[in-house]
Amino acid sequence: MTAPLLQVENLATHFFTRNGVAKAVDDVSFTLSRGEILGLVGESGSGKSVTGFSILRLVDAPGRIVSGRILLNGEDLASLDAEHLRAIRGKRIAMIFQDPMMTLNPVLRIDTQMIEAVQAHTSLSRSAALERCREVLAMVGIASPDERLASYPHHFSGGMRQRVAIAIAFLHEPDLIIADEPTTALDVTIQAQILAEVQKLCAGTGTALIWISHDLAVVSALADRIAVMYAGRIVEQGRTAALIEAPLHPYTRGLIDSVPSRNKRGVPLRQIAGMAPSILNLPKGCAFRPRCARGDGACLTPPQAAEHRPGQWARCFHPHLAEIRSEVPA
Amino acid sequence: MTPIIDIAGVSKRFVRELDTAERIAKALGAGIEKQTVHAVEQVDLTIKPREVLGLVGESGCGKSTLGRMVAGLMTPTEGAIRFRGDDMAALKGKAAREAALKVQMIFQDPMSSLNPRMRVETIVGEAPQVHGLVSRRQRGAYVEEMLHRVGLDPAMRRRYPHQFSGGQRQRIGIARALAVRPDFLVCDEAVAALDVSIQAQVLNLFMRLREAYDLTYLFISHDLGVVEHISDRVAIMYLGRIVEEGATEAIFTGANHPYTQALLSERPVISTAKRRFTTIEGEIPSPMKPPPGCHFHPRCPHAFARCRIERPALKQIAPGRKSACHLNDAA
Repeated sequence: MTAPLLQVENLATHFFTRNGVAKAVDDVSFTLSRGEILGLVGESGSGKSVTGFSILRLVDAPGRIVSGRILLNGEDLASLDAEHLRAIRGKRIAMIFQDPMMTLNPVLRIDTQMIEAVQAHTSLSRSAALERCREVLAMVGIASPDERLASYPHHFSGGMRQRVAIAIAFLHEPDLIIADEPTTALDVTIQAQILAEVQKLCAGTGTALIWISHDLAVVSALADRIAVMYAGRIVEQGRTAALIEAPLHPYTRGLIDSVPSRNKRGVPLRQIAGMAPSILNLPKGCAFRPRCARGDGACLTPPQAAEHRPGQWARCFHPHLAEIRSEVPA
Repeated sequence: MTPIIDIAGVSKRFVRELDTAERIAKALGAGIEKQTVHAVEQVDLTIKPREVLGLVGESGCGKSTLGRMVAGLMTPTEGAIRFRGDDMAALKGKAAREAALKVQMIFQDPMSSLNPRMRVETIVGEAPQVHGLVSRRQRGAYVEEMLHRVGLDPAMRRRYPHQFSGGQRQRIGIARALAVRPDFLVCDEAVAALDVSIQAQVLNLFMRLREAYDLTYLFISHDLGVVEHISDRVAIMYLGRIVEEGATEAIFTGANHPYTQALLSERPVISTAKRRFTTIEGEIPSPMKPPPGCHFHPRCPHAFARCRIERPALKQIAPGRKSACHLNDAA
């Protein structure tokens, strides 16, 4: 087996606020192979975005990576200095954000912004850089790239802006792209267009992808593997089919069960009781214990991640092991 | 049975008048015209008592504008909205106030629809007291009962909105709407901002309340899964017009209009198999310059000459089932 492209080991990112220490990411470990798509799923405040930001070292004060290693091809990003980091950001790891209106500069034309991104990492001439921009814009399905290059971000629709952001991410054919809820703000038909584009590009260029989303449906259709986060920790990870078909962790199971399309019409949805705890004040032991039907005294000590089935890990003392789930009646 | 809400030929146009400089430029011969947005165009829709009608569409299709007109927050440019047979725009005085109370609205973002400087007891209790539904002395107990109904701890009535989570805030919005004893609720993306596990709780609450208080809903959402689960009937909107309407099961098992078909095929569902996304081309056109004929024709894979010229009428294609597509005539 070849060495993984990205190896995150025991990553912890904490925010030191006036109200106490918020453990936004705590003891998170996962690996990613070349060309693999990992779906990072969780509800708001579960730490999925902070995990993504931590990999690129984009966490600002009062937040800090307090421990752990982030190995990209064996090189630890967590201990890299600013200059070396800059050489990696945008070149070997690129990021796509939720709202491209916030990440594209509104007062600069698209060509200015894109050429800048090309020249930041290469010594290409302006015209060669422009040629590269045209190429990637065509790659993400933008018709008449020349006309688009001369426009400003506000000339574009939301879907179009996100395509530009994706094109910029692919400029240097990075090893890894981290996409943070990139289709959440888009309509269903546009979302499908973007997903199709991303799927094609990743398969074509061998770029690995971390797709951060709250939407299990989108992730299940796109990802090779899924990691589910709850209150700063990965509570379960495994191959997509296995995780959806036979989730180990009661939280994963509850999450899948509460999606309307997996419930019978007219009957109440199966819901998870209660709400997510504040990361400033986590319950003792397993953070999901107060909402969990299976919780007991054992859950007062924090569960460690264990491989309950080959390739499928969960942090739970009482995983759903035996049952093979039957499909919900249509 | 008389419908509870009858939307008859309703249109809404937003017009941006020219400012002084533009008027001068126009007088001097520049080809500037005032801009008109056709948000809602000739919509007919009826909602029966105790029914949940799901209204689906992408952003900018006019579904929220239609919802706001039904809730009485906007007046139609054309057409009439009748509540239990009375044209709401024509009612005066007491009758108008009573009709307005019977139709309430629940918004997407409870943080921007709840006054941050009011305590929950004022937010929920103010309207029923002003309208004389409860006396000042009864108000405290009434608010507690309302909070209890929506699954909130009545002890929290002295708190402010920022002290609640998103799901709880949405419950406050529901309690506020219920406090004036409405018959009809317009829910505009009421669960869109909530996490999946909380969304399930709030959807269950909506269904429980409907049983308990004989409510009728106009449930506006872009999320097809949510709409399929909660609605009895569904109407699909595209660029200001209703393109298809029918019973939920009929639509979700056999969509007639090409746009509905595309929406359904692209809806992400939880699956264990990777799938390839097939896409419909292009984006929703600007409502300032809608295409002629059928609004969907530039993106439609089946479009033919007639679609570019003539607007298809919303016609009955089966009992209780309507669709606006020329293909139904050709067949």
